[in-house]
Amino acid sequence: MTSSHRRRLSPITQRRLQVFRGNRRAVWSLWIFGLLFIVSLGAELVANDKPIVMQYDGHWYVPLLVDYPETEFGGFLPTTADYRDPVVYEQIADNGWMLWPPVPFSYQTLDRDVQGPVPSPPGSRHWLGTDDQGRDVFARVLYGFRLSVAFALALTIGSIFLGVVIGGIQGYFGGKIDLIGQRLIEIWSGLPVLFLLIILASLVEPNIWWLLGIMLLFSWLGLVDIVRAEFLRARNLEYVRAARAMGLPSHLIMRRHVLPNAMVATLTFIPFLFTGAITTLTALDFLGFGLPPGSPSLGELVAQGKNNLQAPWLGVTAFVTLSVMLSLLVFIGEGLRDAFDPRHILTASRVDRPAAIPDSPRQESLP
Amino acid sequence: MNDKRLFELRRLTIRFGAQAAVTALDLHVDRGETVAVVGESGSGKSVSALGALGLLPTGTDIEGERYFDGRDIGHLSPRQWNALRGGQIGFIFQEPMTSLNPLHSVGKQLGETLRLHQGLRGEAAKRRIKELLTQVRLPRVEELISAWPHQLSGGQRQRVMIAMAIANDPKLLIADEPTTALDVTVQQEILALLDDLRDRHDMGLLLISHDLNLVRRHADRVVVMRRGERVETGPTPVVFDTPQAAYTRQLIDAIPSGRPAPPEQDGETPLLAADRVSVAFSRPKPFLRPRPPAFVAVEPLSLQLRKGETLGIVGESGSGKTTLASALIRLLPASGEIRFAGQRLDTLSGDALRRQRRGFQSVFQDPYGSLSPRMPVADIISEGLRFHHPELDESTVAERIAEALRDVDLPPDCGDRYPHEFSGGQRQRIAIARALILKPSLLVLDEPTSALDRTVQKQLIELLRSVQARHGLAYLFISHDLAVVRAMAHRILVLKDGKVVEQGECEALLENPQSAYTRALIDASSLSLP
Repeated sequence: MTSSHRRRLSPITQRRLQVFRGNRRAVWSLWIFGLLFIVSLGAELVANDKPIVMQYDGHWYVPLLVDYPETEFGGFLPTTADYRDPVVYEQIADNGWMLWPPVPFSYQTLDRDVQGPVPSPPGSRHWLGTDDQGRDVFARVLYGFRLSVAFALALTIGSIFLGVVIGGIQGYFGGKIDLIGQRLIEIWSGLPVLFLLIILASLVEPNIWWLLGIMLLFSWLGLVDIVRAEFLRARNLEYVRAARAMGLPSHLIMRRHVLPNAMVATLTFIPFLFTGAITTLTALDFLGFGLPPGSPSLGELVAQGKNNLQAPWLGVTAFVTLSVMLSLLVFIGEGLRDAFDPRHILTASRVDRPAAIPDSPRQESLP
Repeated sequence: MNDKRLFELRRLTIRFGAQAAVTALDLHVDRGETVAVVGESGSGKSVSALGALGLLPTGTDIEGERYFDGRDIGHLSPRQWNALRGGQIGFIFQEPMTSLNPLHSVGKQLGETLRLHQGLRGEAAKRRIKELLTQVRLPRVEELISAWPHQLSGGQRQRVMIAMAIANDPKLLIADEPTTALDVTVQQEILALLDDLRDRHDMGLLLISHDLNLVRRHADRVVVMRRGERVETGPTPVVFDTPQAAYTRQLIDAIPSGRPAPPEQDGETPLLAADRVSVAFSRPKPFLRPRPPAFVAVEPLSLQLRKGETLGIVGESGSGKTTLASALIRLLPASGEIRFAGQRLDTLSGDALRRQRRGFQSVFQDPYGSLSPRMPVADIISEGLRFHHPELDESTVAERIAEALRDVDLPPDCGDRYPHEFSGGQRQRIAIARALILKPSLLVLDEPTSALDRTVQKQLIELLRSVQARHGLAYLFISHDLAVVRAMAHRILVLKDGKVVEQGECEALLENPQSAYTRALIDASSLSLP
């Protein structure tokens, strides 16, 4: 497979792409979700309490990347400049200019100049209002979205890796390895995940890596059964037998001949893993066992919405964000599932290629 | 219209979208007559029968006149169709393994047909079921009623299918490749049964088959189809003795013929020598009870294969042919001593065994399953070469690929294409090229031709013979078809239930078989011996 002169997509992949593209809802969802994710990746450029670039006394500064002490701009304290401080703001405005992001608040900026009591309702200053500590809800949603998706992505990739390796080994070798592995997995899956997380939250200060690690210990379990079944089936296929007869070692056969078959089932499973990871993280944050206080978290926003029923924008924002995000993922997942469903391919290809009928002439005479 | 005529198609045309599967087909079946539709796969034989009886998916375009028992069946409602099919017209399909519902007992499945069409229930239905099972000559009828499909053999299942088809005394029986999935000796019994039933009930029998031997013996009239069109029709003896169309002649001549070139006689050690090789599978141990004795798939046997020689292994399904061959090339664990080119093979393992595998390659039965659908042909062919000879550079590999493709008469530019773009015969050639590229000295061919049409089969046999002559390869040729084996093998080993029934030089053994089993096999494959 080292050859590089014929890297075109295999016909199966082409057909799947075609089916996926035929599902307009899935394609649109993918575009919207991708756009949202890209925007959230650049969250620092969209919502931040520092200017992106500025000029002061004829010098260029990039506060987004570099921390400058306040003394640089005529202040008194040698600490990092607070650009939202009216004194510093005035000083810079008099001697140069600043380019602010569209939302001049970061996820943890406390807006001290907010009118009226917090949580304050949506307005031109805070597009989605503020929460009960005076932090901008839009900025928190933006950063929280990014964190949720990144967390889910890391968890999904980790689970797929573990699940495919462990399931693949069990399925391919079968016999005792399979038997013992399955029993161990049954015991392992009997452990209460949520309970473990809650115990952990009382022992250590939970950060995102702890949460990721703990959830990774369990989230691959669902994938093992699928991958194992696919490997069990595929190891008896004739081309796998042919590869064995050719003398290829097991790891090559698994990677080259069996894995592509198993990946179909795995890919269909991804949306479930993904949405599952997001909801679990949100649920933990809601209960207060998740990310450390102050982190941008959708679950914390839900909790605030519950505690401040007089400020419906909190609950509504959290609800809309979560439901839009999960719906988009479900739609994408549906599209993926259809694209990998062989029956769907058949009906889709029958429209333009009537050759997919029994006893159709596919046996041309030989040269 | 005379009243002997039971079923008639006039200018039947079936289209799937723009593609015509059947064009202007004329066909009729009289009472008490067997009409055979023959042709290669893709010739439209099954489609025409299914289409004429409204069994094709909606959206198919069907034109022409159709009559059954003097009645126009071109415009029936779904309800009328259901009364006709399964009632007056019975069907037997090719695959007995999948056409019975595995979750219902035999009696229940038969009873369902009887209840739907005749309203029979309870004791009356049970009596009729027994009667039917007796009619299709199944043994131990009482037990069979409550048996599950998986407890029956393929032949028995096909008999149950026939019992279901004749349950409602149909006037017309359509048998679509009724015996293709069965062993040759069972095939004969099933067809004899169909003949008998036809005579007893004065049925019309429409037999769809690609097997000319079978058709020649059992059909009164033959319709030869090619690419959806009728090429020739007439009484069986006339068509077979004086075929008019060139295509019919080609089909008849496609019975494998010729003999392999004699191997070079040199006194060196045999290429492959097996001494008391046996294969046994242990059965699971029931809880708290002693482990049952292992299932012996191949009893201890010894064989030798010289360079450039072909050993044919013959037997019915379940006789242990494939198991034996897999054991000989160490794909299955076996006991006994195996020597390849003078070296012990049975004691090797791991890397040492993998390196030895270069010397013996295999080609499997199913041309659709043995090539990875996700890899282009060049990658499939070169995979083993790249692994065993990582020192070769790209241009040498490309050269070897082209050489292997030339060896199997495929155009050199097909390396970029994917397996699904090739026909069955071409795929089998790709599989052979994959084996040849490592320059082995032994090739294990496991039923390489049985999934192919006769004409393609013949070409492949000729190819295999010429490859053998060119490279001095030894073949271990597994087949249930004696006609093919005779065209390929120097020596034959006949297996039954894992035991060697007989072995010897090919011609001598076929001319003068010693065991009744070999005689039955020869008889069933209707070899025309010189």
